[in-house]
Parts: sequence; structure tokens; C-alpha cells
Amino acid sequence: MLSVAQTALELGLVYSLMVLALFLSYSMLNVCDLSTDGCFTLGAAVGAVVAVAGHPILSLPAAMLAGVCSGFVTAVLQTKMGINSLLAGIIVNTGLYSVNVWILGGSSLINMIKTETVFVWAKDLLKNTPMSDLPSVLVTGIAAALVILFLTVFLNTRLGLAIRATGDNPDMVRSSSINPAFTTTVGLCVANAFTGLSGCLLGQMQKSMDVNIGQGVVTIALASLLIGATVMGRGGIAFRAAGMVVGAIIFRLVYAIALKLDMPAFMLKLVSSVIVVLALALPYLKEQWPVVSRRLQATKGAR
Amino acid sequence: MLKISHISKTFNPGTVNEKKALTDLSLHLEPGEFATIIGSNGAGKSTLFNAICGSFLTDTGSIVLAGQDITFLPDFRRARSIGRLFQDPMRGSAPGMTIEENLALAAGSGGWFSHMTSKDRRRFRDQLAMLEMGLEDRMKQPVGLLSGGQRQALTLLMATMNPPSLLLLDEHTAALDPGTAEKVLKVTRDVVERHHITTLMVTHNMQQALELGSRTLMMDSGRIVLDVKGEERAGMTVADLLAQFHVNAGKALDNDRILLSGV
Repeated sequence: MLSVAQTALELGLVYSLMVLALFLSYSMLNVCDLSTDGCFTLGAAVGAVVAVAGHPILSLPAAMLAGVCSGFVTAVLQTKMGINSLLAGIIVNTGLYSVNVWILGGSSLINMIKTETVFVWAKDLLKNTPMSDLPSVLVTGIAAALVILFLTVFLNTRLGLAIRATGDNPDMVRSSSINPAFTTTVGLCVANAFTGLSGCLLGQMQKSMDVNIGQGVVTIALASLLIGATVMGRGGIAFRAAGMVVGAIIFRLVYAIALKLDMPAFMLKLVSSVIVVLALALPYLKEQWPVVSRRLQATKGAR
Repeated sequence: MLKISHISKTFNPGTVNEKKALTDLSLHLEPGEFATIIGSNGAGKSTLFNAICGSFLTDTGSIVLAGQDITFLPDFRRARSIGRLFQDPMRGSAPGMTIEENLALAAGSGGWFSHMTSKDRRRFRDQLAMLEMGLEDRMKQPVGLLSGGQRQALTLLMATMNPPSLLLLDEHTAALDPGTAEKVLKVTRDVVERHHITTLMVTHNMQQALELGSRTLMMDSGRIVLDVKGEERAGMTVADLLAQFHVNAGKALDNDRILLSGV
């Protein structure tokens, strides 16, 4: 049972980086970035190729840079070319599939069993210490902590405030002499850097990556984000960002328990879809309820 | 300070919905001048403001503000020298962010990566205190919790924090209850006087149009049909204004809100 919890913790921490990316794009900028799936795979592909070439540490910034490029393209499509933001994400996502296969050298799979990754590196470093069993938790935990720290500082700078206001009231951003196209672009670039990093770490942790590693992860991330926002939705940026990590871990724990209860593994995506639907629909249905109940009473009275 | 020369704007040209919103309109405001604008429904008052702010480019003419030709500048670049308040108090501030965060964004001091300093906070607190609404003790609260009047007063503070060359007030007290409207109007007067800001204010209250500021403009069908100031304006009553409008525009004023607001 302990190993189940540990796996859930590791996976939760890895995916939490992507949840933090959506925290920036979805919660702050109010853009639902559907290029997330492709960008996650892009990060994994670039990270894997660089690690296999013998540069495990360099693989992390490389994956993040790839994410920045992907986010930049998505942002340009919606701010400079007038393409609807959802469509821009879908278009980039589709295009990235080819890019990813190209990065993997025309194959759809990379094996890293014998590759020196950051996790192998951490394991060597932790040899003969009390943490020797937990290199993955340590690496992913540090990554998540650094991203939370970065977001806390960044979102309170003038640029960060402008990014938050862009999702809240773009008119006000314009009247503060700031171009919302600029803040959207910066926000998407930063967010996708974290998505890329998330994919890179997952690939290296699993010691292999295939081109479908990112399929449907945006829904999983959204489910985690909504869980996190329910648990720790009010408060300062640091608290809310930490809530995203908590949400991602809760999601993984629930999923791990469901697996223990003999739920087949392929149900993961259906479960995440249902969670997203529930979280998004419940507030709406709650709002509609008084009208519905009144109508029901009226029809009852008429009889 | 503001020099508008022969601007025109036609929406949906060549279609059945063609609408001439502004027709060869010219207007010249001296530095520190405070002009009120009154006019019928669809006279082009808000369109004039949109043209000045750059919500769209005009079909003809030019707009010069403080010596700079802003005719082709995008809206966010013009915002540096233009402050604007709308009738809707929700439009000027970000509800999910705190009062001090809104103010920090409006203040725009420092570089992109600068943080709010305790000096900034003290300055915000002093300025909020001048509104006499108790907002100085709620700086960490989200703006979404404020009332319409409080939000409008905050927006006014944000718009004038770095005194703009031109302040545009688009019926900014019309959606507030009379008591709050009076208060926001007082704050407006104070701020405009303190910084000597050139101001254009749309109102539907004829009394106000004559009392406030130093000049009254009346608009109809995208034109300025009446422009009074100085002695001529000082002796004017609301009835004179209505009669004058009838003569110049060739029809009676048909703005229900104006007519209902106690002529």
C-alpha cells in the first residue's frame, strides 16, 4: 500500500507542473490552452532526445524552451492572426504530433532504460542516505516547489499583475497602457515551459516515452486543477498554487485507490472527463436549480 | 490640449445597416478646460469618446492630443495620456484582484518585474483616504466585493493616478444612486481641479451640464450643434438650452432620460 501511495505521490508531483501551467493559462489568463497535450509530449520528446545524447541536466531547460516555443506559436495565432483561442490550441496540438515524431527521429518510441537521467543522477546522489528510496519524489518535489516559488514571485510583479488582469478585465489592462496581446503571449510562453518540463520529467521517470504520452493529459490536468481549486481556492497566490499540487496528488491517490478496487487502467481518461464535467457543471446546475424547482412546483399546483 | 479636426465615422458602410455616427466633427479644447456634453439618444457622444480613445480608427480627419498626433495610435498606447470612466462601474477594475493590486497596475511605476513597495502602499492608502469611503482599510480585499459607487471612485483614482492629458467621463455617475453619485461627482471635481486636467463629460442632466465645468456642448446626428461658454453660458437656463437646441438641430431634444431628469 505504501508503494501505491508513493507512486501516486510521484505521479501527482510530476503532473502538478502541468497543473500549475494551467493555473497560469486557465485560471489567470482565462485561456483554455488545448495545445497542452502536444506540448507535454514535445517536452517529453525533447527531454528524452537530449538525455539520450548524454545531457540529463540540460534536458530540463531544453524541454522548457521547447514549451516556450510551442506556447509562443499558440499565442501568436490567437493574438496576431485573429484565430479563436480554442482553435489555436487544437491547431498547434495537431501540428505538434508531426513535430514530435520528427524529434524522435521518425519513430514513435524512445527507450531510456540505460540512459543517464536526472532521476538516475539523483539516485546516485542519495545513495546511503535516509532518502535513498525516494529519488523521484525528491526531484519532482523540488521541481514543483521551484515552480510554486517562481509563480508566487512572478504573479506579484507588475507583469504578473497585468497577466492576471488580462483574464479578469482586458479593458482595464488596455486602459493601463498595456497591450493584452503581449501579456497573453508572455503568459502562454511561461505556462507551456512548465508543461514541457512536466512531460520531460514524466518521460525520464518512466524510462521511456512514446508519442502518445500526452494524449488527454489536458483533461487530467483540468480535473486536478478543479480539485485543487475546491480544496484550496481562496487565498494568496502561493496558497492557491500549492493547492494545484495538492489537487494533482489527490487525483492520483483517488485513481490509485480505484485501481486497487479493480478498476481497469484504461478507465483513467473517462474518470478524469467525468470529474471535469462534474466540477464545471455543478455550479451552473446549482444556479439553475431554483428555477427548475419553481417550475416543478408550478406544474404540481396546476394539477 | 485636444484638437479634433474634421473626423467622420460611418459604421457598416454600403449595407442596410449603414450608420453615420460622426459627421465632419471638429472640437478644440484648451488646457484645463472642462466641457460637458449633452445630446439625444444616438447623437454620437460615446462614439466620439471611442474615436478619441482609439476603439476604432476614424474614416477621415485627425486627432491631436497634447501636441502629439494620435490619429493612428492603438488604444492601449493612447491610454497613457487619456483616462476614461464608463457608465458601468464594473468596466474599470479587475474584480478578482485586490484594491492595492488594481492600483499598482494603474500606477504603472517601475519596470515589468518590479514589486509593490511599502512606499507604494503608503501612497495608495493616502489617496484612498481622500475618497472618504473607508477603502484605505480594505486594500487587501478583492475589488469584486466593493459596491458600484466604491468601484467607480476607485476607477476614478486609477484613471487619474498619473494625471492624464485628457479625462473622458461617459455618464460615469448615471448608474449610481443619488447619494453615491453626488459623492463620486465631488471626488471628480476635486481631482480635476487639483491636477488641472482637461476634461470632457457626457451627462444626461441638463442642470449639471450648465453648472459643471466651463463649457457646454450639445450633440445631434454626429455633429456638435451647440457650443456655449463664458458669459453666454453663465446666463443660460435649461429652458434656454432646450430652445437653442431646437433652433440649431431643427428638432426637439428626444432623450427620454434627459427629459425625465427634472427639466
